[in-house]
Amino acid sequence: MSASERGWGGRRRQALISVLSWPPAQRKERTGNRNAEIMAGKPKLHYTNGRGKMESIRWLLAAAGVEFEEEFIETKEDLEKLRNDGSLLFQQVPMVEIDGMKMVQTRAILSYIAAKHNLYGKDLKERAWIDMYVEGTTDLMGMIMYLPFQPAEAKEKNLALIIERATARYFPAYEKVLKDHGHDYLVGNKLSWADIHLLEAILMAEECKPDILSAFPLLQAFKGRISNIPTIKKFLQPGSQRKPPADEKFIAHVKKIFNM
Amino acid sequence: MSEKPRLIYFNGRGRMESVRWLLAAARVEFEEIFLDTREQYVKLIKDGSLMFQQVPLVEIDGMKMVQTRAILSYIAGKYNLYGKDLKERAFIDMYVEGITDLMHMILMFPFSPPEAKEKNLALITERATHRYFPVFEKALKQHGQDFLVGNQVSWADIQLMEVILAVEEKTPAVLLAFPQLQAFKTRMSNMPAIKKFLQPGSPRKPPPDDHYVSTVLKVLAEE
Repeated sequence: MSASERGWGGRRRQALISVLSWPPAQRKERTGNRNAEIMAGKPKLHYTNGRGKMESIRWLLAAAGVEFEEEFIETKEDLEKLRNDGSLLFQQVPMVEIDGMKMVQTRAILSYIAAKHNLYGKDLKERAWIDMYVEGTTDLMGMIMYLPFQPAEAKEKNLALIIERATARYFPAYEKVLKDHGHDYLVGNKLSWADIHLLEAILMAEECKPDILSAFPLLQAFKGRISNIPTIKKFLQPGSQRKPPADEKFIAHVKKIFNM
Repeated sequence: MSEKPRLIYFNGRGRMESVRWLLAAARVEFEEIFLDTREQYVKLIKDGSLMFQQVPLVEIDGMKMVQTRAILSYIAGKYNLYGKDLKERAFIDMYVEGITDLMHMILMFPFSPPEAKEKNLALITERATHRYFPVFEKALKQHGQDFLVGNQVSWADIQLMEVILAVEEKTPAVLLAFPQLQAFKTRMSNMPAIKKFLQPGSPRKPPPDDHYVSTVLKVLAEE
């Protein structure tokens, strides 16, 4: 079978040739993942150009060092097209094209990415703890995410509830986990999905109340440590694919697209 | 090593019912402690048993597990109901998440205000018949196998069976347009462990009534 028959024509061949021209040390470091990327294609994210439910996926891919593409839904027609093409299993986004699948359902997507990139613990029990922790941060981030979509008169009360839950329910739980084992990471003394998700939740909560971590010294240290992991540090810098908090204009735009 | 798992929840379906289904289908015997009073709930919190101050709580393999999805994933993984590899797990997860969204609507229904009940019931039926059931009908039709994923029973099949029965309780003829799902329901009902669970005297709970609703509100003090 010739190179072109094996699918090694054009772009892939060019990319491989250019990699082979690098100095050996750099080449060794890069070709491992690079070949897999070239073969598999980058994951492609379908969502609006904002955080929403896709943001946790962006965080996880970025932390895992996985480059990804994004196709933004700008209009109702864009969403209808995805639905009519049969691309959305339950007519909903997020949708992520990855490894030949059109994956939907945020949690399913995150679990797949975590497992694929060794961020899901080493056995069933570690996975259980990661799952429990992630469900907690999902609940907290869900409250924050929906805040702009609540009726205006309920906003103040809901914001107070978010702060109450963060400081009386969720952060104490994670502070205790870190205190009890004294490790740098939540589970198994190793970076996992749970750590990345918790950092995301902390930063979102701080956007609601900047000193929200004041009673949680271990979480403050945790935040500093995890933020300094090179892939995450890069994601936190301007120019990354991290999205800003939604402003009123963007909320109105999203409401229109989804008929909310 | 194998103590029976212990389920702590209200004496009704709610979020724990999926756990009862999964354990039963895996032929795992379990114990249950029912929350009838606020004092029991407050004690659980004070004891530090509830990581996020919420039930369901399942004591299993030395862990006090909370968060329904985490509990279900653990049980599925432990008892070989989670596919044979990462990609099968991905499909099982996708299906389960869709079913969970539908199940959530049913779960919350008894707690919706009286004036919203009719609208919510219509929405449950609409979603079941236009969004969720067509997906599973299509999946079964396309591969022609008995089970949703990987030609063997998984968490997804058990969860689908549970939601079919739950929707049928509200809309008896809901499976009319879904012949594959009708056959699926029959097949699943005949699996010995599930057949046993569907018989009187099993841990399966009845549909929620007013007493259940008032107990939940009282225990959680969410009057």
